[in-house]
Amino acid sequence: MRVGVFICHCGSNIAGTIDVARVAAEMRKVPGVAFATNYMYTCSEPGQEEIKQAIKREGLNRIVVAACSPRMHELTFRRTIEKAGLNRYFLEMANIREHISWVGLDKEANTNKAIDVVKMAAAKVMQDKPLFSQSFKVNKRVLVIGGGVAGMQSALDCADGGLDVLLVEKSPSVGGMMSRLDKTFPTIDCSICILGPKMVDVAQHDKITLHAYSEIDDIKGYVGNYQIKIRKKATYVDWTKCTGCGLCMEKCPSKNSYDHFNFGVAPTRAINIPFPQAIPKKAKIDPEYCRQFVKGKCGVCAKVCPTGAINYEMQDEIITEDVGAIVVASGYGLMDVAKLPEYGGGRYPDVITGIQYERLLNASGPTEGHILRPSDKTEPKTIVFVSCAGSRDKSCGVPYCSNFCCMYIAKQAILTKDHIPDSQSFVFYMDIRSPGKGYDEFTRRAQEDYGAKYVRGRVSRIYPKGKKMVVMGADTLLGTKVEVEADLVVLANAVTAAPGAAQLAEKLHISYDTFGFYVESHPKLRPVETNTAGVYLAGAAQGPKDIPASVGQGSAAAAKVLALFSKDMLESDPAVAKVNENTCVGCLKCKMTCPFGAVKEKELRGGKIVANVIETVCAGCGVCTSTCPCGAIQLSHFTDNQLLAEVNTLCQK
Amino acid sequence: MSEIAPKELRIVGFLCNWCSYGGADTAGVSRFRQPTDLRVIRVPCSGRVDPLFIVKSLLNGADGVLVSGCHPRDCHYTDGNFYARRRLEMLKRLLPFLGIDEKRFHYTWISASEGARWQKTVTDFTTQVHKLGPLHSTTEAQIGS
Ligand SMILES: Cc1cc2nc3c(=O)[nH]c(=O)nc-3n(C[C@H](O)[C@H](O)[C@H](O)COP(=O)(O)OP(=O)(O)OC[C@H]3O[C@@H](n4cnc5c(N)ncnc54)[C@H](O)[C@@H]3O)c2cc1C
Ligand code: SF4
Ligand code: SF4
Repeated sequence: MRVGVFICHCGSNIAGTIDVARVAAEMRKVPGVAFATNYMYTCSEPGQEEIKQAIKREGLNRIVVAACSPRMHELTFRRTIEKAGLNRYFLEMANIREHISWVGLDKEANTNKAIDVVKMAAAKVMQDKPLFSQSFKVNKRVLVIGGGVAGMQSALDCADGGLDVLLVEKSPSVGGMMSRLDKTFPTIDCSICILGPKMVDVAQHDKITLHAYSEIDDIKGYVGNYQIKIRKKATYVDWTKCTGCGLCMEKCPSKNSYDHFNFGVAPTRAINIPFPQAIPKKAKIDPEYCRQFVKGKCGVCAKVCPTGAINYEMQDEIITEDVGAIVVASGYGLMDVAKLPEYGGGRYPDVITGIQYERLLNASGPTEGHILRPSDKTEPKTIVFVSCAGSRDKSCGVPYCSNFCCMYIAKQAILTKDHIPDSQSFVFYMDIRSPGKGYDEFTRRAQEDYGAKYVRGRVSRIYPKGKKMVVMGADTLLGTKVEVEADLVVLANAVTAAPGAAQLAEKLHISYDTFGFYVESHPKLRPVETNTAGVYLAGAAQGPKDIPASVGQGSAAAAKVLALFSKDMLESDPAVAKVNENTCVGCLKCKMTCPFGAVKEKELRGGKIVANVIETVCAGCGVCTSTCPCGAIQLSHFTDNQLLAEVNTLCQK
Repeated sequence: MSEIAPKELRIVGFLCNWCSYGGADTAGVSRFRQPTDLRVIRVPCSGRVDPLFIVKSLLNGADGVLVSGCHPRDCHYTDGNFYARRRLEMLKRLLPFLGIDEKRFHYTWISASEGARWQKTVTDFTTQVHKLGPLHSTTEAQIGS
């Protein structure tokens, strides 16, 4: 055994608070260690060259790199030693940066700790066995979850790249939040005019299969081979027959259904097509409001439908599909304003949210583009916008910035002036955050050209006074109290994770943060990848993001899928469980615990039953290994002996 | 490191690769100061942690053992952490029979984004083990005889 140890300075990141030379000197005393050195930047090209040279020069056959987290560079160094002719699994990393040099300032204590963990890594590497990947076939179909602008972009890019795409959208139409917007910053171009063609492309692309009003029930498998169960929710309308004529909607007597598309700005019918440009343009029944469901009699839509598409007996349908990769673009949600009682959210009709205002501005919205106050349908003259309504406020559970509100408020102030020239907008803000291309100019235009009055300070209370809403706040620049009597108040309510985001993450085995947004592999270097191979992220599902960023990410995720699918075969991770057939007693406890169904029974020639692991199905968790009463099933690379070698090195010093 | 006695104790931390190890990395990237006593052993899943590892550690010289995995329902391997919970709960009840104060062992859930939670967990657990002091217990060999 000739172990080589490479201790990285990482500039001053490590060497600043760890005596790297002493660590190297200590390692030279460890039996089995043939060579130990410290180097400025081990991951750099010359650093990697140094490792390769040393392997040849010193005849090293096991390598320890003490540097940053293996989650960062394990693959880098595996490749390095492979190039020098070693099996890539003859590498261990000791994390002396994230876990030591960056979290403690005491150089002596850090150095001692570093010596321990490098020794532990050396003890483990001496137990490492060569492992070899198997290759398996990739199913070159991709599932995109969420048909907002990010998901549609991803689906189109994948399809244009020649892949078969399944697009699963929870609501009855694709388009997501962008389909509700009136105009978009910073160009003030019509939102549906740029989105509509994309929606049509999605519907007409021969490589894209759209499942609208559908959800993911279950996901099994691994990169290259996922099995998906999709639940097509009952619409009570046979979409193969529905032509989208809208007659049912016209005649439906239940006129007070909640309009999900318009965020309840005005009611809709129990049977409805969400909006004129909907794709697919099909009707669906909302059983919560439908008289046939609630009262047991009505049947008007069934009578008027010219194609006989109505079916009150319809059930959810489950379909199964196989795909090789998944793009998650499930978008975001908005904070319930009832959580902001001081702003009268949900209590006063003339306090509305940004997205509701967007619907009032929109020509195909419930007011046909006329800004009318919800209470008395009159035109408001004084309009107050409240930014950071819930955002950047720990007490609301949203410490983060919602990213695009500053910009859409500026947009809405501009549009308001266009709609009602004698109106006056006030914007209460904490800071104006507009770092994008052309963004700062845009927020300035709102103030300079459109006369929006920007008041720096939080609003403390909003209450009604006669027909007006009084907005009480402070101008922290002038140090005075400000009171505005407004006709309409628009709250830029905080952006939250999409409803059900956590449940979807659990099905996908991807992580989400405390707020329910999905976590990427690396915040800077792997922004659209997750820690689950073959699962990628796009859009606001990862955190609040505006349209340009969401679209960019949609394309980036598609590029990742196309790169993954550019190979016909993928390499499996060989760090999987293996059964020792001599010691296995055939109790099959491992089979019962394996979360992936990777263990099967196998009959040996003499009739003895043993466990057998299907390598490509095994995910390498090792649950079986700690279950087996006789230690017969061992997770390669993390065997009992290897982990105990680490324990012993640390304990018996 | 003020509240921790100057002499270090030996604490083993078994962290799952996907969540808690990531959480410890996040704490590092955020430069959240921590006591230095704990040394991390990376495992793929908290379900990989055989209770025997913990017993072995404590009998052979560790003063404390911490196991941390993904939050329930957020496990990279579906439900490895549920197996962990069942086993480690059992172990907790067993430790007093081996003459080991169960406060020397702790298991918890920390996600990859919870750097601050990792910092607090390590600090609290290290303080707790320091309160108990070093574990001068029977060695494994003695138990065996
Ligand atoms: C009032 C307001 C104004 C805005 N104005 C602008 C602007 O002018 N310019 C700009 O750049 N940005 C603007 N934005 C931001 C813009 O809405 C987002 O950037 C954009 O919608 C993000 O797209 P997305 O596809 O990531 O998410 P979404 O638009 O949220 O789309 C996600 C889709 O996924 C679906 N979905 C969710 N969960 C599931 C599931 N489990 N299964 C299947 N499908 C699911 C949803 O139904 C939805 O269709 C504004 C936002 C608001 C609130
Ligand atoms: S648990 Fe161990 S002994 Fe039992 S079947 Fe599995 S490998 Fe064999
Ligand atoms: S390591 Fe064991 S329990 Fe985990 S997936 Fe593989 S066979 Fe199943």
